[in-house]
Amino acid sequence: MESTTILDNIELKHIEEVATVTIRFAGDSGDGMQLTGTQFTNTTAVVGNDISTLPDFPAEIRAPAGSLPGVSGFQLNFSNHDIRTPGDEPNVLVAMNPAALKVNIADLEPGGILITNTDAFNENNLKKAGYQSNPLEDGSLSGYRLFKLPISTLNRAALRDGVKLSSKDIDRCKNFWALGLMYWLYDRPLEPTQRWIETKFKKPDLQTANLLALKAGFAYAEAAEIFTTHYRVRRAAIAPGKYRNITGNEATALGFVAASVLAKRPLFYASYPITPASDILHELSIHKNFGVKTFQAEDEIAAMCAAIGASFTGNLGLTGTSGPGLALKSEAIGLAVMTELPVVIIDVQRGGPSTGLPTKTEQADLLQAMFGRNGECPVAIVAPATPAECFQMAVEAFRIATKHMLPVIYLSDGYLANGAEPWRLPTMDELPKFEVKLTTDSDGFNPYNRDPETLARPWAVPGTPGLEHRIGGIEKEDITGNVSYEPENHMHMVLTRADKVARIAYDIPDLEVFGETDGRLLVIGWGSTYGAITSAVEEMQRSGKSVSSIHLRYLNPFPSNLGEILGRFDRVLIPELNLGQLAMLLRARYLVPAVSFPKVKGKPFKISELTEKMNELYED
Amino acid sequence: MSTDPNIPTNGGGSAVPPVKLTRKDFVSDQEVRWCPGCGDYSILAQIQKVMPELGIKRENTVFVSGIGCSSRFPYYMNTYGFHTIHGRAPAIATGIKASNPDLSVWVITGDGDALSIGGNHLIHMIRRNLDINIILFNNRIYGLTKGQYSPTSEFGKKTKSTPYGVIDYPLNPLSVALAAESTFVARSVDTFTSHLQTVVERAMHHKGVSFVEVYQNCNIFNDHAFDMFTDRGVRDDAMIELNHGKPLVFGKEHNRGIRMRNSDMHLEVVELGNGISESDLIAHDEKAPDSYLAYMLARMEYPDYPVPIGVFRDVTKATYEEMLAAQIKTATEKMGPGNLEKLINSGDTWVIE
Repeated sequence: MESTTILDNIELKHIEEVATVTIRFAGDSGDGMQLTGTQFTNTTAVVGNDISTLPDFPAEIRAPAGSLPGVSGFQLNFSNHDIRTPGDEPNVLVAMNPAALKVNIADLEPGGILITNTDAFNENNLKKAGYQSNPLEDGSLSGYRLFKLPISTLNRAALRDGVKLSSKDIDRCKNFWALGLMYWLYDRPLEPTQRWIETKFKKPDLQTANLLALKAGFAYAEAAEIFTTHYRVRRAAIAPGKYRNITGNEATALGFVAASVLAKRPLFYASYPITPASDILHELSIHKNFGVKTFQAEDEIAAMCAAIGASFTGNLGLTGTSGPGLALKSEAIGLAVMTELPVVIIDVQRGGPSTGLPTKTEQADLLQAMFGRNGECPVAIVAPATPAECFQMAVEAFRIATKHMLPVIYLSDGYLANGAEPWRLPTMDELPKFEVKLTTDSDGFNPYNRDPETLARPWAVPGTPGLEHRIGGIEKEDITGNVSYEPENHMHMVLTRADKVARIAYDIPDLEVFGETDGRLLVIGWGSTYGAITSAVEEMQRSGKSVSSIHLRYLNPFPSNLGEILGRFDRVLIPELNLGQLAMLLRARYLVPAVSFPKVKGKPFKISELTEKMNELYED
Repeated sequence: MSTDPNIPTNGGGSAVPPVKLTRKDFVSDQEVRWCPGCGDYSILAQIQKVMPELGIKRENTVFVSGIGCSSRFPYYMNTYGFHTIHGRAPAIATGIKASNPDLSVWVITGDGDALSIGGNHLIHMIRRNLDINIILFNNRIYGLTKGQYSPTSEFGKKTKSTPYGVIDYPLNPLSVALAAESTFVARSVDTFTSHLQTVVERAMHHKGVSFVEVYQNCNIFNDHAFDMFTDRGVRDDAMIELNHGKPLVFGKEHNRGIRMRNSDMHLEVVELGNGISESDLIAHDEKAPDSYLAYMLARMEYPDYPVPIGVFRDVTKATYEEMLAAQIKTATEKMGPGNLEKLINSGDTWVIE
């Protein structure tokens, strides 16, 4: 992408090469910042940079305009090399109003570029944001490279003659004006966004208006004498292959469709709308031509139960939720454990407890997934580490559920769900194979006959002659499945259900150590902290320190070689977006004096806070 | 599905199996563990008796239940069965029927299971009109937990948990089903064996959700709960049998009827004769597209009115599972059968050499 139609016709200003850039777009939740960020991301992906994104939006759909709670932000990090996080601190902040400035300015790097819409800095908005004086005028922003642009006015002027729209509608295009400006500043092509506008806006006036705004922002940056330099981030040297940009929720949905295709069993997704999991329901409901049945249930419990019912008939029964929903589903998950049916429960974790922080990320449902049910009630637990990895872990969840005949909890989180990264598209040959067998032979059939290797019971579905049987939540006699209150049988069944989960350890890959396989400090993570932890460990390694890391994608059971790896390091550090839940499990299981590094702020780890902690522990 | 493609399935109850089954084919090997004298025995016996007549194959039948005395029912049927958790049978049955519409799905539940802990699932399963048959055993008490009041217990009733009397107003199960737009609503009594068989058959043949309330006696915790109108000596004057198209006549002498009082739009009991003839009475219409009449009939309660039994409502509309299948068919026609490679490669892609 070295040029665009506009770039071809103008004399280029000074271009400076940079390796990595972090931009944050911030504005009112009605300002279209998520859209602006997504467009910048997609264009940047197509250009061939590595990227990582972090949308950060309020739970309120439209908080009062101009207010602090109404600020919506989208951060993206793009680079000419491999990156794994959305960046610690933005190099550029685009603040569309005073509230956006107030909420985000503390994160901007010293000397960073600050682009503001001066039209929004009126007395009323300044008051709503709690400013006593106008920060654009009072010198308080002198530590940044401040650009004061009347974006609303410039946008209106650009659109005034071209379209017949109300001034309100014209003003709503200003995010594309800002996007055009940023495209110039970072040397991006306009075409991907132009194409998107042309397919998205069917009304000719709206289409024209947004295209005009985009081009006007770009042209303004080029023509006006405000930016002396613009920046170029070259293609990243990433693995060859075909790529697309994907969020965790999209990858999760596609992964479960793939599981259905690979298993040759229909997918049945039952869900109740809940942030941040709803996008999975939206996405899966599109793919009906794969035979995917989606069912929006009356509540979380019904969604879990319908998934169990579907699994009983031989479908891949799937439900998806967030922490509060997982709590409601717990009794029914117990039923799936008791009846040994293969269901998968997606938990896109968010800040808790209770309603908590619905749109913010957290990893505090690990112990709920592990123990949050009555009785001795183990389930398998898997957790993808990156947005793109959600795809393969979704397939893996059903591979385990159907092979071992038990429920699997799939722990994603808000950061993975809404964050995006380039996904190297697997070819059909690269997809895992797995076979699912329904029992049809009535000879010697018993509902709780056991596979000698996995202890799985047969999947015998209604409609099969000769296999009529009854299952339920009351304790079952092993093999026959008859109701049994016998003390010895209960103990045997409790142990069998635990053993079934434990035996999955033979069926999952060993952990790979990132760095030296023994040494001073081992850092252990799980789930979405992968990017930040790996980048921080890499930094430590570059400075010559003996630091390695492992990342758990399987949390129940743990991979077989975990205990052995733990023994090869002097110190163990476990950063988590909770108060030390994995640390508690590992200390209990392996008796290691692991140090927990908790963070519960609704935000992912920064690389810098991890390296700081690693250094502290390293020297300790 | 592993169903033999050569044998017609029984989703709509229309196919006939090659071998005539008998009641015994539907009896499982499990020992029935209800209290001696419980009304549940009779309901089990009538359903086992009706099943072979309906031409349903055992392997295509699933009984789903929640928790409570009645919910042990699936263990005693030699079909597929799922004894689930308290109140959730409708939700699990929904997953079963929606994922495999060829199955004949039955929900067995009680007044506590369906109307208290499972109330939400019940109304939503009904409104979606899945082709599922719900048999609600109403004994107006919690039996399995040993005698607390239920959502259908009479106001003021003294029970273990209400020594000074119930101060909750009871629910009327049929009113709930009608409010949820049930396409089939009926009521029978555990001891009225042939009537119960007929109602169960009607429920089975109805395509769409069928809601059947069965008055069931709990001889341990709420004995004689319905005797005041079901006893042989009083029933003719205290109950009325609904028959489609027939005037609402009851009484030992067939001399009483139900008429619409136009002055305030209420049902009233009238004596036939003295200028009142059957043509003045309401003729029962279970096919009425709206549920007004069914609702008024459902509100007729002892002792002010004779208690109606029979089919209150039987109308047809598209089922959830049919419409779900139709959406899949349309989507497949429009987009072509799902192609995973195409799906993975969709959207804006780029190639790194």
